[in-house]
Amino acid sequence: MEAGTLTTHRSAPRAGVRLPGVGAGLGRGMVVLYLSLIVLLPLAALSSQAFSDGLGHFWQQVTQPQAIRSLKLTLIASLIVVLINAFFGTILAWLLVRDEFPGKAAINAVVDLPFALPTIVASLILLQLWGDKSPFGVHIAGTPVAVVVALTFVTFPFIVRAVQPLLMEMDREMEEAAASLGASGFTVFRRIIFPNLLPGLGAGIALAYARALGEFGSVLLFAGGLANTTVSSVFIKQQIESGNDTGAAAVSVVLLLCSLLCLAVVGLIQRWALRHDRSASGVDTTIMPFAGGGGST
Amino acid sequence: MAGSATSRWGLRVLGLGYILLLLLIPLGFVFYKTFEHGIAPPFEAITSPDGMHALKLTLITVAIAVPLNTVFGIACAILLVRHKWRGNFLVDAAINLPFAISPVVIGLSLFLLYGTTGWFEPALAEAGVKILFSVPGMVLACIFVSLPFVVRETVPVLQEIGTEQEQAASTLGANSWQAFWRVTLPAIRWGVAYGVVLTTARVLGEFGAVSVVSGSISGQTQTLPLFVEKQYENFNLPGAFGASILLALLALATLLAMNLLKRKEAA
Repeated sequence: MEAGTLTTHRSAPRAGVRLPGVGAGLGRGMVVLYLSLIVLLPLAALSSQAFSDGLGHFWQQVTQPQAIRSLKLTLIASLIVVLINAFFGTILAWLLVRDEFPGKAAINAVVDLPFALPTIVASLILLQLWGDKSPFGVHIAGTPVAVVVALTFVTFPFIVRAVQPLLMEMDREMEEAAASLGASGFTVFRRIIFPNLLPGLGAGIALAYARALGEFGSVLLFAGGLANTTVSSVFIKQQIESGNDTGAAAVSVVLLLCSLLCLAVVGLIQRWALRHDRSASGVDTTIMPFAGGGGST
Repeated sequence: MAGSATSRWGLRVLGLGYILLLLLIPLGFVFYKTFEHGIAPPFEAITSPDGMHALKLTLITVAIAVPLNTVFGIACAILLVRHKWRGNFLVDAAINLPFAISPVVIGLSLFLLYGTTGWFEPALAEAGVKILFSVPGMVLACIFVSLPFVVRETVPVLQEIGTEQEQAASTLGANSWQAFWRVTLPAIRWGVAYGVVLTTARVLGEFGAVSVVSGSISGQTQTLPLFVEKQYENFNLPGAFGASILLALLALATLLAMNLLKRKEAA
């Protein structure tokens, strides 16, 4: 695909429908312009603000004790959360693909609830459920545990939806062969199922981690902005409210870099999976977990 | 196949117990809590002037952000799939950005771009246009956060349908608009619709980004999620739950729509 082919692409109808109305060049220009105005320009303003008082000031803002504390809490809580969800999410994906039980279709639909329910509503519900007036007598609101619970709620669908399509496509002959050779259920899982799920699981974990790092609404009311429950997004909001734009922007840039790293990991996993032709289509959808694995009903 | 009946039951208890505790109990609880004292308190909260204004503003953001991102999404998907270009991988990566960025960071970015010290401030002040702490800023925030959905849902469908039918149409003399309306769009409609549902749900529920750029002034720059927070802060729990139940019902409608569309897509 050399540069010269671009011109033939523009005029020849052989590769299916072109962008109607406008030529590819103009269409491309409009798409890039829209992306730049909506996404890239604001992010450029953010980065420029973060470094507006020099690198030294940026570093000072990022390394102030409260900022460090919030970043640490965010990174560690998110890690705990994705591990919990990796465990339970894989089990649930397995149940939805391989098991039969009444209400399975409804359970499958409910998995996406955290994507559809506004985060502030989730926070309000969790606060009422596990706060001072908890009907179960469990009071965890305003503690680091609340951060973990809130993040677990919002990232729950990612891993289920990443693993589900891989399980559906998996060839069961290998498992049957292993079982007939005397492998126990756990051995079959460990040696056959798990390695096949790894790409999806890895991509799902990275996406869930990226989401957990930036989560704001669900932790706001439930965990609050106390000294030991302030995650980075809440810290950034506090800095904005106290007029420290540069400090807010500096921590934002760090958070942004962490999230981009997660996206890069997802991209690498997808490439690797494509190269090994390992259920490539299944992994491909994990960047958009909503797209994956609804068809088990 | 994790073998025996015992391990199967063990997995069921673990998996279903987890979803019960994490999702189903909270979902049931919001309904119980809202209607604990009858239907009147939540109903009054939503129909209060501030509540109705929040609902109206939420619908306005949806009415602007969703069509814009739908048109952009379809055009962008066609460009990515059907027009090979060296810059495509960059466009592709940039589209994923809103997924990875914290809503608060998105809000702050807009705040810095359009705020008093922002790059656009002189031009905006001269034109007398107010973006921050008013509706345009909130709409921009909603467009930003919900930008990827239609693209991401349309790209795989476009790849799947291939180009044969479109080529046939153009061989038979259809121009590019005719081929698009009669062949391409009908073939990708469920994927697009799925993306539209996700975009709408995201815009309806957006909180973090909007809360930074809006200022959350009651009756002026409050969407329903901001209204929920404000009512909670003002110790008006029935009000907070009234708006929450409306949003929860919309979320359930979203799940229903997603399920129906998945079936249509599979059929």
